[in-house]
Amino acid sequence: MVGITGFGGYLPRLRLARKAIVAAHVWADPGLQGKAKGERTMCNWDEDAVTMAVEAARNCLADATSAPDAIAFASTSAPFADRQNAGVIATALSLGDDVASIDVGGSQRAGVSALVQSIAGVRSGLYRSALVVASDKRRSKAASAGELAYGDGAAAVTIGERNTLLEFVAAHSSTVDFVDHFRASGEAFDYGWEERWIRDEGLAKIVPPAVTKVLQKAGLKPGEVDHFVMPSTIGRAVAGIARQIGISDKAVRDNLDAVCGETGVAHPLVMLLHTLETAVEPGQTVLVVGFGQGCDAVVFRATDAVAGIASDRGIVAALANRLEETNYQKYLAFNELITLEKGMRAERDDYKTALTVTYRKRDMLLGLVGGRCKQCGTLQFPRTDICVNPQCKAMHTQEPFSFRDERASVLTWSADYLTYTADPPSHYGMITFDNGGRFMTDFTDVGVGEVEVGMAVKMMFRVKSYDHLRGFVRYFWKAVPVRAGAANVKAA
Amino acid sequence: MARGIKDKVAILGMGCSQFGERWEAGAEELMVEAFAEAMTDAGIDQSQIDAAWFSTHYEEINVGKGGLPLSIALRLPNIAVTRVENFCASGSEAFRGAVYAVASGACDIALALGVEKLKDTGYGGLPGNLGGTLTPQWAANGSAPGNFAQLASAYRAKHRVNRDDLKRAIAHVSVKSHANGVKNPKAHLRKAITEDDALKAPMIAEPLGLYDCCGVSDGAAAAIVTTPEIAKRLGKTNIVSVKALQLALSNGSESGHNSWDGSYFHTTRIAASKAYQEAGIDKPRDQVSMFECHDCFSITELVTMEDLQLSPEGGAIRDVMNGFYDADGQIPCQIDGGLKCFGHPIGASGIRMLYEMYLQLQGRAGERQLAKPSIGMTHNLGGSPMSNVAAVCIIGAYG
Repeated sequence: MVGITGFGGYLPRLRLARKAIVAAHVWADPGLQGKAKGERTMCNWDEDAVTMAVEAARNCLADATSAPDAIAFASTSAPFADRQNAGVIATALSLGDDVASIDVGGSQRAGVSALVQSIAGVRSGLYRSALVVASDKRRSKAASAGELAYGDGAAAVTIGERNTLLEFVAAHSSTVDFVDHFRASGEAFDYGWEERWIRDEGLAKIVPPAVTKVLQKAGLKPGEVDHFVMPSTIGRAVAGIARQIGISDKAVRDNLDAVCGETGVAHPLVMLLHTLETAVEPGQTVLVVGFGQGCDAVVFRATDAVAGIASDRGIVAALANRLEETNYQKYLAFNELITLEKGMRAERDDYKTALTVTYRKRDMLLGLVGGRCKQCGTLQFPRTDICVNPQCKAMHTQEPFSFRDERASVLTWSADYLTYTADPPSHYGMITFDNGGRFMTDFTDVGVGEVEVGMAVKMMFRVKSYDHLRGFVRYFWKAVPVRAGAANVKAA
Repeated sequence: MARGIKDKVAILGMGCSQFGERWEAGAEELMVEAFAEAMTDAGIDQSQIDAAWFSTHYEEINVGKGGLPLSIALRLPNIAVTRVENFCASGSEAFRGAVYAVASGACDIALALGVEKLKDTGYGGLPGNLGGTLTPQWAANGSAPGNFAQLASAYRAKHRVNRDDLKRAIAHVSVKSHANGVKNPKAHLRKAITEDDALKAPMIAEPLGLYDCCGVSDGAAAAIVTTPEIAKRLGKTNIVSVKALQLALSNGSESGHNSWDGSYFHTTRIAASKAYQEAGIDKPRDQVSMFECHDCFSITELVTMEDLQLSPEGGAIRDVMNGFYDADGQIPCQIDGGLKCFGHPIGASGIRMLYEMYLQLQGRAGERQLAKPSIGMTHNLGGSPMSNVAAVCIIGAYG
């Protein structure tokens, strides 16, 4: 039976306190005072929709017994409009060349759309196992409603036929050009209409028909829906729809506004993961709805496999791995919402990336693939024609070996205040991998005073640097401290 | 090992420009300044120079590529001019070319000149090096201070030194060099500092503060070398000869193999051992009179004392704090102020180090003169602790 066979989530560690946002703007809009509650997830300067997607997908695939043969990446904030983002993710995960990949975008329901199409692909037999990853890092104008309500985040699921957690029951999609908000291509920010109109003319009239149809297909009465997963930033709108349709109040799931914010196309999956990890019992039904110029509605039924499900790689663990950020200026700086004087050293990043090299070394740069010497077993990064082991130096004996999931510890480090970085100081140092191999690497998600010789680190996929002159993003891997409660690498 | 070049090459003359923020001079003017002094010291005519070696590192913000900039600036007589570059060890590399040319018999008289113009960049500190087309796409985001600061964390962990003790030891290194720089009219920085100044200075890259980092300076230095026989024939007395010159380069094992612990220079140890062997020195701590080492950062000097076998393993801090390397200590280090205060115009530094050792051996070091030095050593290093070029040169009285 086809359904969701695995899941993984990723939220950036930083949590921008809403009181910091409000404090900056309340002088102009006193009405904001009531919104100074809770926190929203906030990307570090070196995170974007693709990096978050890679982390969510890694978490999702950590226990997978086979690699997916299809990947769908959904986002309305994909870094590239023309250079396949799903392909970057596939390369970071070393999925191989024979994988079907697609970028999905264009509306806030793109994550659920990708889910529906991937399920169709597996059900038809075209794909054996599909990875669906939805991710958004939306930019909002300072002092906008979105700045307060949105969060950054990603979630991934695999669709397959074996060891299903949530069995697919039915889906229904409708397409209605209801423009609650829009953002034209190339524009930085969206433009939205009045919330009351969106709620009364949009949500209340477009969602119920789609839900009614999917429940009919599923052979379910509204009252039989155990969990109703649907994001909305409009207060009580989803509860109102539930009442309208006849879905029980108790089924309406928390939209995680207080601890996360609405993560765009990722949010239906983020909420679904949260539901799966905390509330779903075997045999229960889950209704997932994505809304955005129409509706995607999907019904799942939980199998026995959900009993006792626990994960350090889902949304619960992601929510627990948090660091409060009260510096609103830093949020503006990281999101390039203000024009900062970066100094001349920042000009270094605007170099022309040799795409021939980026391609030739794509497994190294995107997949952190180094080498293992077949002669002496030494692991090294990068892979070279001649083994790095001074006692070996065999030629042409390296086979590819990825360091992405390997454990490492800090051998040397410094906090560099001289080099340009968006989040000074630049922490970096030599890390040595437990199973062999080492290299000098950037650290990220660390604070001053946190790094120590001997500290355990894991590798995460991040933006290496931005070429603002040509509009190019370079990706590589960085070391992050292994923290209790966060998704960690596999045990050695 | 091959016999080496001990006592096969003599220094005929040396010159060194004023180091500092030479706003009024380009690289061309600095080259002529150093060359003119070297020529006067050598007492020869330009037509007697058979070949030249030219050292500069950041050519793109400086004179551009190739040997032509030297040939043109000095109007050399259409001789061979080879540009060499080996990061901050470029100066030693140029000296090596000139010295081997003479030792091999290919040349009678050869010139080595290094120059660097660092102050045309528009900002302070060293410019970064992209490092080619692949390196910038993955190399850690750091700087020269940050790269050398890595040594500190490893040295502390290995020898169980707490942060305060290390900070005071590296402060002493800089205080000592500043005191020496006061006595050197050609030095860039000539003001004394206190331990407190060093400890309270702004942080550059943990744990290196402002006074743990050498100056960014413009400058040039030159050496004219020949055989001892020719030097005698030209009327030289007090001949200073080259006793040893050895280089060792990293091959990636420090940065890629888990055999290096990050707290010392693998290459310096090799180059120093080979140099002592070539020079016939078996007790360095007893036999070396004075030395210039590559104090780009105070921590580099500290660990290098152990790498050069002058201090025992883990014993550098004790020696430093006891004044062993001070001007009035047993083995004065950086008697001319070092990279720290004399300055570090990259291509010139290896030759500038030799300049002071040469003057000291000839009794011409003025206020800085040490009593009867017999062996002077230079240690010139380029790159970073995990990937570098180490050059060790030993000179002394001929015979």
